[in-house]
Amino acid sequence: MDASFITGHLQTSAGPVPQISTTWSRRDRWNTVKTRWSVGRMSYRVLPGPYAVGAPDHASRVFVTGNYKLSFDHLRRALSGIDAWILVIDTKGINVWCAAGKGTFSTKEVVRRIRIHHLGELVDHRKIILPQLGATGVAAHEVKKMTGFSVIYGPVKAAHIKAFLDDGLKASDAMRRVTFPTADRLKLIPVDIFYGKYYLLIVPAIFLMLSGFTPGGYSVDLVFSSGWKTTVNLFAGYLAGCVLAPALLPWIPFRRFALKGLATGWLVALVLATLHFLGAGATEIIAWFLMIGGLSSFMAMNFTGSSTFTSLSGVQKEMKTALPVQIAMVSVGLAGWIFTRFFAL
Amino acid sequence: MNNLIYLPGVVTLALDVEKCNGCRMCMIVCPHAVFEMENKRAVIRRKDFCMECGACAKNCPEGAIAVKSGVGCAAGIINGILRGTEPTCDCDSGGTCC
Ligand code: SF4
Ligand code: SF4
Repeated sequence: MDASFITGHLQTSAGPVPQISTTWSRRDRWNTVKTRWSVGRMSYRVLPGPYAVGAPDHASRVFVTGNYKLSFDHLRRALSGIDAWILVIDTKGINVWCAAGKGTFSTKEVVRRIRIHHLGELVDHRKIILPQLGATGVAAHEVKKMTGFSVIYGPVKAAHIKAFLDDGLKASDAMRRVTFPTADRLKLIPVDIFYGKYYLLIVPAIFLMLSGFTPGGYSVDLVFSSGWKTTVNLFAGYLAGCVLAPALLPWIPFRRFALKGLATGWLVALVLATLHFLGAGATEIIAWFLMIGGLSSFMAMNFTGSSTFTSLSGVQKEMKTALPVQIAMVSVGLAGWIFTRFFAL
Repeated sequence: MNNLIYLPGVVTLALDVEKCNGCRMCMIVCPHAVFEMENKRAVIRRKDFCMECGACAKNCPEGAIAVKSGVGCAAGIINGILRGTEPTCDCDSGGTCC
């Protein structure tokens, strides 16, 4: 566990508390990038418990966060120049919002940490500040009932904490909103790219092998001369759904993610068709349109998991029709494409 | 980003105004500004923006709000179908997915 951000220890009536730096080291920044690309995420945790920022005392504010290192890093950076306490609760290394949805950032865990770390001795007041997105898992009135601590929900973004403090613990309406700007969407794309895992190698390999078949026999030359185009087509369809659709999300006119993905998929297929990547005959071209469209549609629908405005009821409704259609498109397309390997029309 | 609104008319959010004490907690916790106050009581103003996160229902001290909350995520729903459970996400170490 990386603990390079600890600079010393503060002796308190509740025992020694680690003092932490509010700046990011080069390693912190590098780890942030790695985490986005989902490399070694498992180990990216912080030990739960209290931490001191600056030289806090009995009157200082208490900020609660999860033990996902990125959440912690954003919080400590936002607190630079402020004397405050951070209480890290155990969310199994998951960010606050997801943890709240899953029930690890919970009333129970907040109450438990307040008790085992003797927060009542660390500070005289009875207020803790939680990130607003933790509210999905925490009932403020129950925490109050069980511990005497009032929960105040801070802004959605750690970067707004100073403004929140300056305004007497009030977050403006804008600070309470979750938006989904392009920059945020782009950050979430890397995780989705690896959704297919080893299928990303196996499926193209099978297509490559099959591409040598012709009604007249097997041709290795054909694999090299044009078979590689199947790999391009497959990845184009895949990326149309998991990169293009999320990146262009607000500008694609449909509400359903599956339709957004179908649109980007067919757009890409159209480009490939004009470049003669989809084969010669009508059957083969139609087969590719079906496969690329279905694949892209499915991948785009998956992005509902990363989006910040899709409801469970909505996704369920969308999937009910979209999933069977996607499966049918890919199956029929695949069957058609294999058919053209062996039979001349 | 007004066009970032999902399917209309599907959300399960419901408010029992009779129980509301006007504490504003639902307004504070909602990430999509679904609620407003009217005559010192909460009203649902932008229902189609609700993502069913459940924060409002969880934090309403009077139990005035009901919503079927869960992960609005296709992968999670597929997981649920495969395992025969409620929609559940499978990214235990996940930082960015839910
Ligand atoms: S949280 Fe409940 S009691 Fe408070 S304003 Fe909202 S509906 Fe009313
Ligand atoms: S469930 Fe979440 S998004 Fe919907 S109204 Fe409640 S707090 Fe807002």
